[in-house]
Amino acid sequence: MNSPQPVAGPPPAAAHDPSAYVRVVHLTKRFGDFTAVDDVSLDIRRGEIFCLLGGSGSGKTTLLRMLAGFEKPTSGSIWIDGVDMSTIPPYERPVNMMFQSYALFPHMSVEKNVAFGLEQEGRGREEIRRQVAEILEIVRMGGLGARKPHQLSGGQRQRVALARALVKRPKLLLLDEPLAALDRKLREHTQFELLNIQQRLGVTFIVVTHDQEEAMTLGTRLGVMNHGRIVQIGTPSDIYESPATRFVADFIGSVNLFEGRVRGAGAGAGPLQIECDDLGCTVRAGQAPRALVNGTVWTAIRPEKINISREAPQESGGQNAVAGTVREIAYMGDVSIYLVQIDSGRTLRVTLPNTERGGERPIAREERVWLSWHDSSPVVLSE
Amino acid sequence: MRLTRTSGRRLVAGIPTLWLLLLFLVPFLIVFRVSFSEVRLAIPPYTPLIAWHHGRPSLELHTSAYAFLFTDPLYISSYLYSLKVAAVSTLLCLLLGLPMAYAIARASDATRPVLLMLVVLPFWTSFLLRVYAWIGLLNTNGVINNVLLTLGIIHEPLVMMQTDFAVYIGIVYSYLPFMILPLYANLEKHDITLLEAAADLGAPPWRAFLRITLPLAVPGIVAGSLLVFIPAVGEYVIPTLLGRTDQLMIGRVLTDEFFENRDWPVASAVAILMLLLLVVPILLFQRYQRREVEAEAGETP
Repeated sequence: MNSPQPVAGPPPAAAHDPSAYVRVVHLTKRFGDFTAVDDVSLDIRRGEIFCLLGGSGSGKTTLLRMLAGFEKPTSGSIWIDGVDMSTIPPYERPVNMMFQSYALFPHMSVEKNVAFGLEQEGRGREEIRRQVAEILEIVRMGGLGARKPHQLSGGQRQRVALARALVKRPKLLLLDEPLAALDRKLREHTQFELLNIQQRLGVTFIVVTHDQEEAMTLGTRLGVMNHGRIVQIGTPSDIYESPATRFVADFIGSVNLFEGRVRGAGAGAGPLQIECDDLGCTVRAGQAPRALVNGTVWTAIRPEKINISREAPQESGGQNAVAGTVREIAYMGDVSIYLVQIDSGRTLRVTLPNTERGGERPIAREERVWLSWHDSSPVVLSE
Repeated sequence: MRLTRTSGRRLVAGIPTLWLLLLFLVPFLIVFRVSFSEVRLAIPPYTPLIAWHHGRPSLELHTSAYAFLFTDPLYISSYLYSLKVAAVSTLLCLLLGLPMAYAIARASDATRPVLLMLVVLPFWTSFLLRVYAWIGLLNTNGVINNVLLTLGIIHEPLVMMQTDFAVYIGIVYSYLPFMILPLYANLEKHDITLLEAAADLGAPPWRAFLRITLPLAVPGIVAGSLLVFIPAVGEYVIPTLLGRTDQLMIGRVLTDEFFENRDWPVASAVAILMLLLLVVPILLFQRYQRREVEAEAGETP
């Protein structure tokens, strides 16, 4: 497994990824006193789908708008395919964007909307007509070219917006919350369609989203943003299984977090041992950064990595196991969520898959249970 | 409950209807009727609609007033001149008003109310006074000539009064707010992301303006143009105070017929014909508006 890259400082010029197609170097954007994007450095490879994930106000949209050229960076630079974008206006950048609101031209038909970009390049009428028809076929909007945007459904508008952004065959496509305006069923469908189109056309995607599920399924890599900074960059599984900070652990999926101290000199062999007072047991963690000795740390355990049982687990020795009482059970169909109040008073969240249909006697509310987990389950975080 | 609601609704709709009937339709019918009579030296100074011959009433409709309008070239040329002045003034207002409205719509939240206020500010002074003020500015020994003479830019005073130029100045100055306000109301609603999308697709700002902003501003342009054009055609005060004496606008011809010549039938015919000239663009505008409303209704199904 790749270790998560903490983005302490930007990579020096000599060490940067040689295959990087988009390079963001020390990029900062301030609006008055507010720093929207704070010293972000980032390399994006050709052909990948990079998801910028963050809450509102995290700076992800500002970063995207700087890539498109709608905002001027306060400092730092953006390089696309080896060209410095600082002085290049949006209409000359080799970049197209799909807007969150789609921004379709209301007075033009679908065909005219899609043709707009090609007309700006001064292509021939016949060529424009052919390419428009082709891209509308790809997004499965064939036959609807004469409609006006207000005659389309949300999903159809989304596809027109995508076609309009793709018809110029940009090397880089920016997508601002591409699925936000769609309902749930349509989102899942469109998500896979987007992946399909991206692979077919070999475009590099940068997707901005606040939806972790969207980021996980779309992205080959994610960059998690908070307060204008990139907190962690990694593959979806890197981010989920090895979050770099408490913020990331908490933002992506749900997590049980406990404060604790590393016991003894953690530098030796064997698993790290962490005393967690409000957990009421010692946590043994197999994989943990070695540098954390005697400091305050946090252990993060994902709900699905905790076992639930009626009997005390064997050979726990007071480690990685706590007793508690089930307070709530939420049946979700595929999984059930258990809220278990442990004896220290804290409540843990545990999810179990419902693998059997009407199997053995299920665990009920107010039942005493034991929670336990493997050494590999806890993630130890220093910040 | 139901009764009071419907009667309340009737009252609300009834007052303006009554207003229009009494103060617009009735006078119009009177004018219309007068236009089909002949002038005579009496009170009132026109022939009655119904004449009695041997104890039997007969309808007396004379079209001589209309015929007269087409025989004397004064009327035709006044109509054409009025249309020309109104059209040129509307165009000038549009050329001036569009950038102004655009600037106001794009101004910051703090300055926008101030700018709008400045547009409306002239209405606080009497229209007549403001036109008189232009005389003081444009006169042979007026402010503009004096300044230019003092600066040595000209050596003889420019003749600006009683020219087309002065009429254009007066009309454009007076009617510019009626162009700016509907344009502003339209431009202010424009979605800026559309321009960003245009830029993103490779359109430089001027092309984005031509292909996106301008087409979307057409309802505002039409509304503003009609608000300037229609009153400008019948404008009386400005051409009378600032304009030429050898070429009259139709509004001046109309008042002259009434008050100087006391030829009410011809004056009425002039008014009716002017109304017809103006009704055509108004009808076009209404048809256009209805199409707009339908399109907008379709947008939110």
